[in-house]
Amino acid sequence: MIYQKRATAHLWRTRCSLYSDANTCIALSICALLKQVSLNLQMPEQSQAIVIYTGWERHALVGSDIRLSCSFFSWRWTSEDVTFSWTYRPDGSRDSISIFHYTGGVAYVDNKGPFRDRLEFVGNPSRRDGSILLKNLDFSDNGTFTCDAKNPPDIVGRPSSVRLLVFEKVPIQAGVITGAIIGVVLGLLVLIVVIYYLMRFLVARRVFSLSVRSVPGPWLGALCQWGLCQGRELKPEPIPGTDTCVAKLA
Amino acid sequence: MLLILLGVLILHLLILILLIVSTAVSAWSVTGGSTTDLWYSCLTNNGGYHCRPASNEDWIQAVQALMILAVLFCFFSLVAFLYQLFKLVKGGRFFFTAIFQILASLFVMCAAIIYTVMSPDDADKAFGYAYVLAWVAFPLSLISGLIYIVLRKKE
Repeated sequence: MIYQKRATAHLWRTRCSLYSDANTCIALSICALLKQVSLNLQMPEQSQAIVIYTGWERHALVGSDIRLSCSFFSWRWTSEDVTFSWTYRPDGSRDSISIFHYTGGVAYVDNKGPFRDRLEFVGNPSRRDGSILLKNLDFSDNGTFTCDAKNPPDIVGRPSSVRLLVFEKVPIQAGVITGAIIGVVLGLLVLIVVIYYLMRFLVARRVFSLSVRSVPGPWLGALCQWGLCQGRELKPEPIPGTDTCVAKLA
Repeated sequence: MLLILLGVLILHLLILILLIVSTAVSAWSVTGGSTTDLWYSCLTNNGGYHCRPASNEDWIQAVQALMILAVLFCFFSLVAFLYQLFKLVKGGRFFFTAIFQILASLFVMCAAIIYTVMSPDDADKAFGYAYVLAWVAFPLSLISGLIYIVLRKKE
C-alpha cells in the first residue's frame, strides 16, 4: 500500500514536472481522471432498450369508464413471456399499489384493492397493447397510473405514467354547438344577400357614378359582369389623345 | 325541355326527401337491438321502446347542425329553382339554385365524414340506414347542382 502511494506520488511528480505551473497541472490531471471515470459509467446503448408509451393526462367524468392505453416499442419480436403491470399512486400519496399484472398469458386484475370489480383488461399482448379499462370512476380515483412492460430478453426500460383527472361537470350542453353552427351559417347567408341588394340599390340610386374619367376599362367590365349596370348597355369610349376610356350609359 | 325540367324537379324533390328522412330518423348507428344518433338513443326491449337523448358530444352536435343546414339549403335551392324558372331571362343559367344545391351537398359530405371518423368503433356497432341515406344523398345533390349549372333556359 505504501509502495503504491509512493509510486503514485512519484508519478504525479514526474508528470507535473513537465508543466511550469503546479495548479494547471493538478487541474488537468483531475480533468483526465474524471474523463476516465465517466467513460466507465457510460449509458447502455439505446438501441436495445424497450420504450413504453402511455398518454400524458386523461380526463373523465364521474361515473364514466375510461380506457388507459399502454403500448411499447421493442427491437425484438414479441415473446410469449411478455409482461404488463400497472401500478396506481393516489394524488397526494407517496405509496404505489399494484393493480394489474399480465404474465404467462394470464391477466391478474385487482381483487383486493381500490379497483376490485372495476378493472378489466382490454389489451392485446400479442399486438403489444396492454390497455386496461376502469369502470364507474369516482373522485377518489384521481392519481397517477404507471405501466411497466417487459419483453424478455428486452427488459431494460423506463415505466411510463399517465395522470387521471376525474371531473364532475358535463362539458357542454346539448344543442349549443348545433345552434351556433346553424346561426353562423344562416347569418352569413343573410349578410351576403343584404350586401348584394344594398350594392344594387346604391347603384340604382346613382350613388356610384359610372362616368368618372379615370376609371380604366377592365374595372368597368368587371362591374358590369357583377350585374351593377342594371342590364343597360355600356359603351366605353376612348378619350381622344389619351389611354383612358370613359363609360357612357346608352 | 319540359321533360328535362320535370326530371330535374323530381330529382330535387327526391334529394330533399332523402335528406329530411336521414336527418329526422335517429338511426345512424345500430347496436344489437338499439339505434342511436343523431337525436335519440332508443332501445327495443320485449317490454317496449325506451328512448333517451343521444350523447351531446361536440362532433354529434356538429353533425346535427350540418344535416339541418343541408336540408335548409336544399329547400332554399328548390325555392330558388321555382323562382328562377319564371323570372329568368332567356339563355340565363340557374345560378343561385346551383350554388345552394352544391352547398347542401358539401354540408352532407362534411356531416357524413365527421360521423364516420368520430363515431366510436365498438365490436357490434354497425351503421344504420339513415347513415346510408346521407351518403346516397351526397352524390345525388352534387349531380343535381352540376345539372343546374349546365342547364339553360330556352324558349
